[in-house]
Amino acid sequence: MSESVTLTINGQKYSAEKGKTVLQVAADNGIKIPTLCHHEEIEPYGACRLCIVEITRGTRNRIVTSCLYPVEEGLVVQTDSPRVVRNRKMLLDLLLARCSENKVIKGLAAEYGIEKPSFREEYREKHDCIVCGLCVRACEQVVGVSAISLVNRGIHKEPKPPYLERAKACIGCGSCFYVCPTNAIQMEDKNGIRRIDRWKVEFKLKKCSKCGIEWAPVAQLEYIRKKWDLPAGFFDICPNCK
Amino acid sequence: MKDKVTAIIKKYDNDKSQLVSILQDVQAEYNYLPRAALDKLSKKMDIPQSQVYSLATFFRAFSLKERGKHIVNVCLGTACHVRGGELILESLERQLDIQRGNTTKDNNFTLETVNCMGCCATGPVVKINDEYFGHMTNDKVEPMIKKYSK
Repeated sequence: MSESVTLTINGQKYSAEKGKTVLQVAADNGIKIPTLCHHEEIEPYGACRLCIVEITRGTRNRIVTSCLYPVEEGLVVQTDSPRVVRNRKMLLDLLLARCSENKVIKGLAAEYGIEKPSFREEYREKHDCIVCGLCVRACEQVVGVSAISLVNRGIHKEPKPPYLERAKACIGCGSCFYVCPTNAIQMEDKNGIRRIDRWKVEFKLKKCSKCGIEWAPVAQLEYIRKKWDLPAGFFDICPNCK
Repeated sequence: MKDKVTAIIKKYDNDKSQLVSILQDVQAEYNYLPRAALDKLSKKMDIPQSQVYSLATFFRAFSLKERGKHIVNVCLGTACHVRGGELILESLERQLDIQRGNTTKDNNFTLETVNCMGCCATGPVVKINDEYFGHMTNDKVEPMIKKYSK
């Protein structure tokens, strides 16, 4: 049995397993903290900053990202204090200036009463990507191929395939597409081909020899087959027909 | 190229955490990071190509473009900036007949800027290869370049 600690979130006492983060404990207890760059199967990264909370230790108050902050005995957390809301609004204002036409960002900003970025028109951009690196982290930690990475630095940083060419290591699994919080990655399955234009890749889809449905990219199935040392022809039939 | 890269990897005992030092050594060898060398590195050390590329594009000190024989670094950090670093840079652009970030036609000089070399007291500072030129003035630009011209 692992050690447990007691902490207070929004005035309510909770006991939690040591080593968990504030965000995890809040989620376990049904307390909603907004976040974009977090995924429970991927190491926290603290990129979007939306999950900020105010913590009190002794007489000091501090703003921290809850996705990275481990719980500790006697910690007092406020997830929606005026200071948190004020800061979060600023973050959303900045994100909205960058992604002024993105539906997810617009929706989140609207929840906090921001209809329009406070920045002047000429400073607004129309990106969909917030450079949270979730796609890159999923590709590395979950898929294990690292076909893409964050390239350049500062305002020029963005997820890209190496040398900005076709992502050679990509297996077309689409994890990046599924995990992207702002739908900045487009993926399309059409006429037996899967395309992810952002990484300049195209994949032939495997047809189930029974029902004829095109169910996954050949490259991905080959990758799994080799990794688990499965017999040739293991994936000839789709999971539904098996 | 193969042997040189292999030797550098060996020097660091194939240690993945030493990738930045390895890239520095590769750059010291070729003056920039040739793609062939990077691909070789990623294969030999079993580091995804994307991660090598990410690192190579993160640090300003690394260049993926071929560079000249001598690297001219002009400091534009705060102290050098207020002491007229920008003027020295413009003077160098005229003298070398290239814009910042580029290489002369004869491949002898590459002109780059940095944001502090940690010797602000001697600003404005210019560095050519490993030699520092402090208290720079426009008059000193020509003789300094002459020294490194063929």
